[in-house]
Amino acid sequence: MTALTAALALAVTACGSSGDQQPARTLTVSAAASLTDVYNALKPSFEQADPGTTVVFNFGGSDTLAQQVVQGAPADVLATASTRTMQTAQQAGRIAGEPVTYASNRLQIAVQPGNPEQVTGLASLVGPQVTESVCAPAVPCGAATEAAERAANVMLDPVSEEQDVRSVLQRVQTRNVDAGLVYVTDVRSAGGQVQGVDFPQASAQGAAQDYLIGAVAGRPDADLADRWIQFVTGPQGDAALQRAGFTLR
Amino acid sequence: MTRTRRGGAVTLTLPWPVWVPAVVGFGLIAVPVAGLVLRTNWPDFGALVTTPAALDALWLSLRTGLVSTALCLLLGTPLALVLARSDLPGLPVLRSVVLLPLVLPPVVGGLTLLFLLGRTGPIGQLLDAWFGITVPFSTEAVVIAQTFVAMPFLVVSLEGALRTAGERYEVVAATLGASPLTALRRVTLPVVLPGLVSGSVLAFARALGEFGATIAFAGNLQGTTQTLPLLIYIQSQNDLDGAVAMSLVLVVVAVVVIVATRTRDVSGVR
Repeated sequence: MTALTAALALAVTACGSSGDQQPARTLTVSAAASLTDVYNALKPSFEQADPGTTVVFNFGGSDTLAQQVVQGAPADVLATASTRTMQTAQQAGRIAGEPVTYASNRLQIAVQPGNPEQVTGLASLVGPQVTESVCAPAVPCGAATEAAERAANVMLDPVSEEQDVRSVLQRVQTRNVDAGLVYVTDVRSAGGQVQGVDFPQASAQGAAQDYLIGAVAGRPDADLADRWIQFVTGPQGDAALQRAGFTLR
Repeated sequence: MTRTRRGGAVTLTLPWPVWVPAVVGFGLIAVPVAGLVLRTNWPDFGALVTTPAALDALWLSLRTGLVSTALCLLLGTPLALVLARSDLPGLPVLRSVVLLPLVLPPVVGGLTLLFLLGRTGPIGQLLDAWFGITVPFSTEAVVIAQTFVAMPFLVVSLEGALRTAGERYEVVAATLGASPLTALRRVTLPVVLPGLVSGSVLAFARALGEFGATIAFAGNLQGTTQTLPLLIYIQSQNDLDGAVAMSLVLVVVAVVVIVATRTRDVSGVR
């Protein structure tokens, strides 16, 4: 019994001594999957500037992340790839203050390196000579594709409608299609394996995708969440976003 | 097992410890399906399952499922015969290769098919250069993907049936002067018919529910490669009511097929 008390006392002292240093804090950031590379690159310098802080990411589809936050998932920051999904969290009263729109992503036509089919715009994709793959209309990149088609007054004839934008990229990378509609960031991430062709309708209403970030309401480390938001929307964040192909807002 | 005497007839009674896990096991499968029924938007059900996309997908699923099952029978029956009756060296290795699609995640199966038959794949390249044929993104690709994942089900059932039936009737047929082909046609196949039927049902059910290999290899396009499971997955991203309603259609088709063939299967054994 005495031994147990002694051990307990020792444990309490040990805890007390560690409390003299900076308290260890964890910031949980729920972010759209398309931000994976940018956020992972920003993490070390943020943690260096704030000793004792660890940033933990929860990457996923914006819809899923927003639903998780609404259901009370323990996230401090929510970063979505669409206005609609951020509104879902906002309407549930889960976002503190106004979210910031800090970047956007636009569509590009991914083609084989050297552009052998000489694709210059959406109209070059029509017809059986050039095969293309796009996102299904039900998923966000597919809705963006439809908006661009409407703006260009062109009806594409894809050989496949994929369930996400990375699958479209994979079709072009593996050369099973000549072209695919993906985001600029996807083209960048593929290195030299695909080439991106710009087209004017990519900035049409509904075709560009806005990136929003907001602090989740009712969390203990609100100051830390605000610091992350400032960091991501500040000069260092801007540089990382631009490198990945995002357009700054 | 205990035997109970009831008016002279002997019936087998299941020991009681069997019942509890059996009920739990049944519940694990039946309760989620019941949940699907509860989640269904019944007022709009008719409209949800008769959209052009839904009808195209259902029709495509039935067609490709039937063709795939036929292919499984055509290729899987001889394969099961080789596994059960031949004395080839390395049969265990051969068998484990045949069973691979059961273990592999279907997406991996789809990707391997894509690497082989895609436009830059070793076979796909030749098909493209010689005949101008592109296999991915075609209905044929759906059938190939379904056959790939469904064939082991037929082979396993049939090989089991062949081993259980044994070779004695075939030996008798041979001593009576039947050629190997006649013995196969007149003796072996009729004896294992129930196994052949249940194997085909399993293969059809697996083909009907196929998702991963199909979306990876054949892609997703309404009327050409968008089977019911693919439509349900895509739809679930923004229209859960539609996805749930079509899932129910898939369940009903599967149950009808299984019940219809199972009943005949059992009466065939008697």
